[in-house]
Amino acid sequence: MHLRLGLLAAAAALAINLSAPAPAEAKTFRYAFQGDAQSLDPHGLNETFTLGFLGNVYEGLAAYDANLQLIPALAESWETLSPTKWRFKLRKGVKFHNGDPFTADDVIFSWKRTLTEGSDQKVRGGLITNIVKLDDYTIEVETPSPTPTLVRELVWLYILDKEWAEANNATEAESPKSAETSGKFASLHENGTGPFTIASREPDVKTVFKRAAHYWKKIKSNVDEVVFTPISQDATRVAALISGELDLANPIPVQDWERLRSADGVSPLTGPEARTIFLGMDQVRDELLYSNVKGKNPFKDLRVRQAFAHAINLDAIKKKVMRGASTPAGLMVAPQINGFNPKLNTPYAYDPAKSKDLLAKAGYPNGFSLTMDCPNNRYVNDERICQAVAAMLAKVGVKVDVLAQPKSKYFAKVLSQNDYDTSFYLLGWTPGSIDSHNVLLNLLSCRNKATRAGLFNLGGYCNPRVDELTKLVAAETDPAKRQALIDEAFTIHKNEVGHIPLHQQPLSWGVRDGVSVAQRADNVLDFRNVVLP
Amino acid sequence: MISFVVRRLLQSVVVMLTVALIAFGLFRYVGDPINNMVGQDTSAIEREQLRERLGLNDPFVVQFSRFVGHALRGEFGISYRHRRPVAELIAERMPATLELSIIAAVIALVVGVPMGVYTGLRREGFLSKLFMTLSLIGVSLPTFLIGILLILFFGVVLRWLPTFGRGEVVSLGWWTTGLLTVSGLKAIIMPSVTLALFQMTLIMRLVRAEMLEVLRTDYIKFARARGLSNRAINFGHALKNTLVPVITITGLQLGSIIAFAIITESVFQWPGMGLLFIQAINEVDIPVMSAYLVLIALFFVVINLIVDLLYYLVDPRLRIDRDQAAGHG
Repeated sequence: MHLRLGLLAAAAALAINLSAPAPAEAKTFRYAFQGDAQSLDPHGLNETFTLGFLGNVYEGLAAYDANLQLIPALAESWETLSPTKWRFKLRKGVKFHNGDPFTADDVIFSWKRTLTEGSDQKVRGGLITNIVKLDDYTIEVETPSPTPTLVRELVWLYILDKEWAEANNATEAESPKSAETSGKFASLHENGTGPFTIASREPDVKTVFKRAAHYWKKIKSNVDEVVFTPISQDATRVAALISGELDLANPIPVQDWERLRSADGVSPLTGPEARTIFLGMDQVRDELLYSNVKGKNPFKDLRVRQAFAHAINLDAIKKKVMRGASTPAGLMVAPQINGFNPKLNTPYAYDPAKSKDLLAKAGYPNGFSLTMDCPNNRYVNDERICQAVAAMLAKVGVKVDVLAQPKSKYFAKVLSQNDYDTSFYLLGWTPGSIDSHNVLLNLLSCRNKATRAGLFNLGGYCNPRVDELTKLVAAETDPAKRQALIDEAFTIHKNEVGHIPLHQQPLSWGVRDGVSVAQRADNVLDFRNVVLP
Repeated sequence: MISFVVRRLLQSVVVMLTVALIAFGLFRYVGDPINNMVGQDTSAIEREQLRERLGLNDPFVVQFSRFVGHALRGEFGISYRHRRPVAELIAERMPATLELSIIAAVIALVVGVPMGVYTGLRREGFLSKLFMTLSLIGVSLPTFLIGILLILFFGVVLRWLPTFGRGEVVSLGWWTTGLLTVSGLKAIIMPSVTLALFQMTLIMRLVRAEMLEVLRTDYIKFARARGLSNRAINFGHALKNTLVPVITITGLQLGSIIAFAIITESVFQWPGMGLLFIQAINEVDIPVMSAYLVLIALFFVVINLIVDLLYYLVDPRLRIDRDQAAGHG
């Protein structure tokens, strides 16, 4: 009797619980990327994904909007007092997530922090020699030399709360070597000014963001919570999107676009990335390291470089390798980059007959053979692009042996630390400042370790006039004059076939129908633009 | 008995040192960790300084002895990528892998043994032949393919089970378990079945072969002659003797399951040690790689030792021989 009563009561309680109305649904945005952000420390690693990820939580003095236009963020306005002195008026009424007010002290502290030993933002920090505080909301920034792109670089220099960092022993950016708690706190905790806070963080497993209680600006997004999970396998990520467990997945392999189009409830979201993929040639050594030509370097001859350029069929690569998704390029910068000139963007013409002719004239009627270095897990279809290029070069007599390696090994081989150990390579580049000067300095300038020029000019292309122009571009503030200088530099480089630009690679996101996001050309997902149905 | 244990322990130490040496030696050829630790704008000088600080320029022997010295104290260094102690990382991920592996081993046993017994007893039946064919498929299909097919079918088409991750987990002190939540239970089904499939077929075939072997022995004939029921013979006598080698193999395979859960963890994004290891390889995170290899070697060695001891305890014939050899006869 008692047992039956008891069971009845239990059943009733269960029924009541199950029928109780559910609480109002919080809008949760679930997304996955192929990797995870390195750490929550904004000065820990200078990597696009990590900085983009943290851009929802931390902010710099300025920011990029959905179209990569520069807009004010923590600084309301700025002006140049002299070529090396800037005055920034900081935004009033901004609070960090823990309630502390944002002031000039935080800016100065954050800048100093980027120069500490464990920081990977030293290059950005090094753009400033001194910051003078005029009052709580006005600062004067001094630079060692004229830097018109200063504000663009400061977009990625995130501001931390000085009091919070001092209270938690996080005044130094985390050093990879030490096990001390200094800095370690910042890699697992955050306190920024952005529209989202991090509610929980399990590195490489899951990160949960929650909408911050107060944000200084009204944003489009109606999202209350973001759940981010890294999913490294492409197939699993796509399956999770199609099964409805994700609202957004990035990247989607190009070959799955059709699948997403035909599946219910999801679609691919694609567009050109601000990243240019190009080929480089060793033009500096007297004899190529990896070719069968002895005693001379074929790439030192303009005709050979031109022959290579004319042998490549960019449309075929676009159609067959990139499934129509790439945008053939004639310039080393994409259209979204400051300084791009569409008139200069015509790719080299595809003309294999001309290639053979040029090679014969240069003294290689039967071509020659060489090894090409290629990453196989860094850019979209990178290895396949290299194989296509090798096949096209074979048609004009140049036998290319493709050495494709994972990026850890590839970069270990071809970068400056290994003495640019390559003869012919494929590389991709997005200028962090979304400005052409970055490309001129890092890719086109003559190599000079002391001045940090041409660090990623793996082939050693060198033209003194281009170097001169690069320095002028760095200091020129008049936009028209600056554009003319950039045009001249790019024209010289193009005529000399310093590199062979291939295309802009595609951004490839998969999105659940009804979810609206802005796909930024630098592959950054800004939650401010995410609207759920 | 004691001398046996001591001898085995010494052998284990030699094995561990060899594994550590090989693993460490290999890592000079996996790529440059510095490149993964810094951004593209970092200067060459700073990179060189980082190399110095991490001791990557010291001679091999120095680096190795430093590694062994620290490992003995349980310190495996700081992960280059995560910038946290490796021991902490592994401790965080171990429950996921162990749970997955143990459930997979249990499934393999619980399904494999009865299937093996059935196919052993009814060799010519249609169901037996079906099981044998299915087991062939289970053995020939690669693990990742099975995983992806399961995801596609149960996750995407039927939408019954989650396609990735571990679901909600509950912390019990240091251990985290997914078995106490509904989403956790749903999430563990596909990965553990994928992982168990190969072992299941192996156990099934082993049990079947052993049963056939045992059923032909004299003592079974005598039992039949004595008039014992089929049930008593098959399960009371035959199965017990069959299980001894099965236990040995299963024990050894458990080490295998733990070590090679890598592929299953990658496909299902299961946050265990295997996934950590794969990520470490991609990022050239040498401290994590070395720690993982050493740990797996330790698992194998310990499991082997336990299995040998168990075998020795379980099989009465071994014990009797030993006593007689000691001179009681």
